[in-house]
Amino acid sequence: MKFGYYPGCSLSGTAREFDESLKALASAVDLQLEEIPDWNCCGSTAAHNLSHLLSLALPARVLALAEQHGLNEILAPCSACYSRLINARHQLMADEELRKEVNDLIEMNFTGSAKVLNVLEALFKVFADESTVKVVKPFDHKVACYSGCLLVRPAKVVNFDRPEDPQAMDDLIRKFGATPIDWPHKVECCGAGLTMARTDLVCKLSQKIIESAEKRGAEAIVVACPMCHANLDMRRADIEAFAGKKYSIPVIYITQAIGLAMGLGEKQLGLNRHLVPVVFPEKTKAAPAAPEAQPAQKAEE
Amino acid sequence: MEKCEKHSHSAREALAELIEQSTGQSVAKCYQCAKCSAGCPLAEDMDIPPSRLLHMVQLGLPEFDEKALKSLTIWLCLACETCSARCPKEVEIPKIMDFLRQESLRRGLAHAQAKNIISFHRAFLDSIQYLGRLFEPGMIADYKARNPRSAMQDVLTAPRLFLKGKLSPFPHAVKDRKHIARIFERAAKKEKR
Repeated sequence: MKFGYYPGCSLSGTAREFDESLKALASAVDLQLEEIPDWNCCGSTAAHNLSHLLSLALPARVLALAEQHGLNEILAPCSACYSRLINARHQLMADEELRKEVNDLIEMNFTGSAKVLNVLEALFKVFADESTVKVVKPFDHKVACYSGCLLVRPAKVVNFDRPEDPQAMDDLIRKFGATPIDWPHKVECCGAGLTMARTDLVCKLSQKIIESAEKRGAEAIVVACPMCHANLDMRRADIEAFAGKKYSIPVIYITQAIGLAMGLGEKQLGLNRHLVPVVFPEKTKAAPAAPEAQPAQKAEE
Repeated sequence: MEKCEKHSHSAREALAELIEQSTGQSVAKCYQCAKCSAGCPLAEDMDIPPSRLLHMVQLGLPEFDEKALKSLTIWLCLACETCSARCPKEVEIPKIMDFLRQESLRRGLAHAQAKNIISFHRAFLDSIQYLGRLFEPGMIADYKARNPRSAMQDVLTAPRLFLKGKLSPFPHAVKDRKHIARIFERAAKKEKR
């Protein structure tokens, strides 16, 4: 199987481990990822806040480049990128005049022939054939699957999963031995784009999510979005200061959870890059004292 | 993206019409059930909840149009799409919010407390304009230069991220930077109306 690959800016920066774990997984299941040559930023929140045309033109350049290289399906693992690409594609396909205007602006020919996939859609395709689901060490943990906002909304554009109570991530991770919990914060926003400018609001929203997952006994929050990860993991100290209490629950990417179940190494999956140590309560023995600096666990194979 | 203050007050169209022309969204559809305000994660931090903001625009009166454009609400909106997912009349409020932000800037009416938020977006776009991709350390420096008061923010987190390999000291750029610059230039020209 082969997908065009749009890593986006986050995956080469603060969300490096999402890229690393996805690529580790890809090589384990014989999935080819062909990076779109000379891709640019999708424009993210900034573009659609400040300029309607840029919010269409920047994704259109990416999609037109993919088309030029004969890529029909593009995997955009970052939810924000995915959202910008799929929304721009949707608007441009619905409005011929707008499409002409944007094509003129980017001096390229976007036709809409390339489809955009989010990471869950892509993983479902990969693991549709049960023989590819090679579980070496079941990910036997209670997890809170956190889709966030952009993976499932707007429902008409995304056309994937249920917008209020999504199930795709739960279904996927169940195949690898995890037990997803029921909880109300699956699609509540973490604060995303306000992380620098209004950290106070981000703390307020993210704290509710962490509190809710921990209270319901989850051992990890599983995410598929670098913005969600950044707010729930990198902002943890700010969130704890805001809440006046400590939270130990780790936040991991779905690709890391699957990678662990498939027996891939922790370093290969980038688990060492998180600020909140990725440690799980021991099942049989007494829980070990959580080490502050480095996760002491080794991949047992 | 600079302010354009050439509008003559009398000739200005009602905001509701401008919204419809630009986004295809009709605010007239809203019947004030307030599900958007109930579900909005930041409604309680806004100066005007989303349903009331729509009502103000529905009225079609210049003073309310101006209030809507001066609100903090339009800048706090996260575009999380909870409102539009739940709206029984399928009003796509995030699209309306996008338009209101841009119109607010065009008329120079942006809320004073939105300064940080706007400068964050500008710093972000600056990075893309010059490199084609986001360079996080550069963007943060740009943002802090625009907001000296935030200079000390995250100074303790940054070194940790650096050690974890999450912040690269070197920018990644697209090869065809001129192409990106041209797209920005031409988009700005078109949007200056």
